[in-house]
Amino acid sequence: MSDLNLQPNIPGADDFYASLLAAHEGLTKAESDALNARLVLVLANHVGDRAILDDAIAVAKTAG
Amino acid sequence: MNKIFEVPMYAYTRSKDQDSEMPVRRPVVIIGAGPIGLGAAIDLAQQDVPVVVLDDNDKVSFGSRAVCYAKRPLEILDRLGCGQPMVDKGVEWNVGKVFFDERKIYEFDLLPEDGHERPAFINLQQYYFEEYLVNRVHELQAEGKQIEIRGKNKVSAVGAHDDHATIEIDTPEGPYNLEADWLIACDGAGSPTRQMMGLDFVGRVFEDNFLIADVIMEADFPTERWFWFDPPFNKGQSALLHKQPDNVWRIDLQLGWDIDKEEEKKPENVIPRLKAMLGEDVDFELEWVSIYTFQCRRMEKFRHGRVVFAGDSAHQVSPFGARGANSGLQDTDNLGWKLKLVMDGKAPEALLDSYDYERVHGADENIMNSSRSTDFITPKSDMSRILRDAVLDLAETHDFARPLVNAGRLSVPCTYDGSPLNTADALNGPERTRPGSPCPDVKLGDDYLLRKLGDQFTLLTIDADAPDMIEEDGIKVTRLALSAKDDTSGALKARYLGDEPSAVYLIRPDQHVAARRASFDENLFRAAIRRATGKE
Repeated sequence: MSDLNLQPNIPGADDFYASLLAAHEGLTKAESDALNARLVLVLANHVGDRAILDDAIAVAKTAG
Repeated sequence: MNKIFEVPMYAYTRSKDQDSEMPVRRPVVIIGAGPIGLGAAIDLAQQDVPVVVLDDNDKVSFGSRAVCYAKRPLEILDRLGCGQPMVDKGVEWNVGKVFFDERKIYEFDLLPEDGHERPAFINLQQYYFEEYLVNRVHELQAEGKQIEIRGKNKVSAVGAHDDHATIEIDTPEGPYNLEADWLIACDGAGSPTRQMMGLDFVGRVFEDNFLIADVIMEADFPTERWFWFDPPFNKGQSALLHKQPDNVWRIDLQLGWDIDKEEEKKPENVIPRLKAMLGEDVDFELEWVSIYTFQCRRMEKFRHGRVVFAGDSAHQVSPFGARGANSGLQDTDNLGWKLKLVMDGKAPEALLDSYDYERVHGADENIMNSSRSTDFITPKSDMSRILRDAVLDLAETHDFARPLVNAGRLSVPCTYDGSPLNTADALNGPERTRPGSPCPDVKLGDDYLLRKLGDQFTLLTIDADAPDMIEEDGIKVTRLALSAKDDTSGALKARYLGDEPSAVYLIRPDQHVAARRASFDENLFRAAIRRATGKE
């Protein structure tokens, strides 16, 4: 496993979650899907580490 | 006026082989006088191998077809004696523009690396390319080389045997048979040879159609590559505009899967599409229209005993990234010197298995890259379209997303990592010249490194001692002695030394690195020569 952090790491978790919901407020399903896609890409670029990204994809795939 | 592709370039003439009672045995027969067949023929003829090329047609390619030629194939063509007319006639371009819907989202400049004789890419109609190859064949004939193209010679049957192949041929004057020590099948994606031998060709079909049009117009579009995702004139699809010589513009329009091909090809349906793209008031003339679908697939093995497959007959890719003709020339470049050594008894037949290993590796790389481009250009699911559009939306304002935009990754030669011909890397040198790599060019005064390397085994020494020539079991290796001081730009050092003070490279006839270390060691380099010729 890479250094993918799966421990709590977001200060003010409730505030973050509220921001995420607020960003989607009033959007159609298509607009929300597009927003999520852009957000994933922005965050993935920030991480920039292929091993971490691969592990993140694997974690996301198994959690559903 | 007749277009070049309407005039017979190698009209049928009777060969005395047709009058022989017994089938005449030829050292090498090549099926197909397209770019790959002719490239293979020229390569072998230059090495004094007699070669006969059979083609069911007698003209060069109809329409522009393969229009982008990358640096490595141009370097190969330099050694085949026809790189210069390609570059003289071809259109060079560096700037690409990417459009999404109605917006230009960004543009890029290829910014070619300095110190290379040949540009990163040129655009040129395939019929010109074939014309230059045919001209080169005539030049070689004038020099007394045994090379001939037999037009209207359609192969109707192929038989594979342990030490030869048999070929049945139909001509306007009736059938005749030939035998060949070696048969090279360069008869395209639909390869009749492959089908006659009952060989597999598996892969992935892309359910899509593309309309290609060659348009002649006096337009002031700049010499750039323009690519549209989801443009207003072709909603939900893609489009490409590329400049070729003679004011011919190449336009590719994605049409989707469920279309009537014959209807779409009619000028009354094509012209309104083009007017919507180019503008109502632009005057143009249609030179050629075609519709194509494509697949990404390859044969399991490219060599079947004495029958060897090269180019599209062995592997087929989507057109994005120009990897068809470009990779086919790398096939013949890989095959020519090996076949010559085997025919001369200087290397075991097993050397040809490395053709299979190395070019299958190259085909897999090309198939992977062109499949990825296709998946980006024509998303196959709702989510892949959502992600694709997200990349394009972000790319308009953010640099980070631009490397994710994939409108075709430009063809670069493959490094033969893991090839049985490589000797383990013994130099702490640059990654790009590790064993298996194609040699990058370097400007050396008025000359270029690749010209100096030529098409024989070379021992390249940079600030290192070595004998001027070594011969190992019939393989002659000539030294090319250079110093990092020969090149004030620093490119020789950057590309071949890195942080090392000296280096010795064993370079194959196809200009791929076989072995390298910091200094010459006779035993080690003799072993490397044996390994590079299939003897270890």
